[in-house]
Amino acid sequence: MVEVRFELNGETIITKEDPTKRLLDVIRTSFGLTGPKEGCGEGECGGCAVLIDHKIMNACITPLGNVHGKSVVTIEALAKTQRGQTIRKAFETHGAVQCGICTPGMVIATESLLHANPNPTEAEIREGLSGNLCRCTGYNMIVKAILSLVEKEGSLW
Amino acid sequence: MVNTHYPTSYEEALELLSIYKPTIIAGGTDLMVRKRAWSDLPTSFDRDILLVGQLEELNYIDRQGSNIHIGAGVTLEDIMDHFHTPTLLSEAVKIMASPAIRHSATLAGNVVNASPAGDTLPVLYVLNSVVVLESVEGIRHVPIDTFITGPGKTIINDNEMIKEIILSGHKFNHSVYRKVGGRKADAISKLSVCMIMDIKKGIIQNFRAAFGAVGPTVVRDVTIESKLIGKSLVWLDENIEEIGKWYEQIIKPIDDQRSSASYRKACTINLLTDFIKHIKHHA
Repeated sequence: MVEVRFELNGETIITKEDPTKRLLDVIRTSFGLTGPKEGCGEGECGGCAVLIDHKIMNACITPLGNVHGKSVVTIEALAKTQRGQTIRKAFETHGAVQCGICTPGMVIATESLLHANPNPTEAEIREGLSGNLCRCTGYNMIVKAILSLVEKEGSLW
Repeated sequence: MVNTHYPTSYEEALELLSIYKPTIIAGGTDLMVRKRAWSDLPTSFDRDILLVGQLEELNYIDRQGSNIHIGAGVTLEDIMDHFHTPTLLSEAVKIMASPAIRHSATLAGNVVNASPAGDTLPVLYVLNSVVVLESVEGIRHVPIDTFITGPGKTIINDNEMIKEIILSGHKFNHSVYRKVGGRKADAISKLSVCMIMDIKKGIIQNFRAAFGAVGPTVVRDVTIESKLIGKSLVWLDENIEEIGKWYEQIIKPIDDQRSSASYRKACTINLLTDFIKHIKHHA
């Protein structure tokens, strides 16, 4: 039987679940982490976004086997970090959260973007969010929230 | 009941391939969608699965002489940022899908998926790419236009997998890649074009043009291309419309949910003539 070993929010996981199972189902059902949402289920909306080795990926189309030896971080763990808290404050201040269903994915996308590029331009921010859909805000408030991080809190990333 | 095979080495992957003839998954961004089931239910694959995304041996980009070798496991994001990657390919990858998809999807997956709208394909055709296939029986080198035979169809055998893709690292005087889609991100192309031209002392040395999503496979015509080689820029200027007409005859797009045949044809020819006019101004 195949064994997949990975880190989930800092904890080592060894699982014998089917490696073609969707990472999203494993995270939500086996580990009860419901931060990542199932939206479209086909990698278009970013609701299920998680960080895999610091990079944003869609858990709904990632086979469990593909995270072997890697580190998976969900919004639950990111929210507890200083960076997570800083992104949260910026989103609150700029009204970047309305109904909230896209927010975990948006925060993950923000962390992934700033990790790779701590000083993005507005165009780069929009590109970084291009795989995450939001039907409430019209994106401008989210972009402004991230721009505020670039201007004030650049040192965190 | 399908089984999942999870090799720890490339050699083991090839052995498993020869025994079980499984479906191969690297990033999974196409197959996991095509074979998805309801939440929490197993994916609906009808053949055994061979996961290869974890094989570090396939994760390399090398330069050998004037050729670039891209391993089958390299993700689009890594290709985009790599210093060996030809500019045209970087440009195409940069506007593909979204960051999350580019972090998992592979170039080999885009090739073997053989969609007429595959965004990297026109670039790979223009760069005279060769697909390297391997099985326990040996290695085959197949030019990309022979490898892909129709929508979703390739000549890969069920005991073979893509090892790497080899493409030309030649730097062109003029090159362009354009994608026309419904929105900037996460859009399947209405059409895409890739063109290059080398000019020396006012004479065309090299011309190639490939068009995506305007036929069952990418359209490239070396007969038309050879008609331009050796011609002057003055000739080029006088024959822009004529060249457009040559291509009009071989481009046969279809109407579908993304675009119409007439739009696709007109837009493709306009992008071609624009490229030629641009060269006239910048040569």
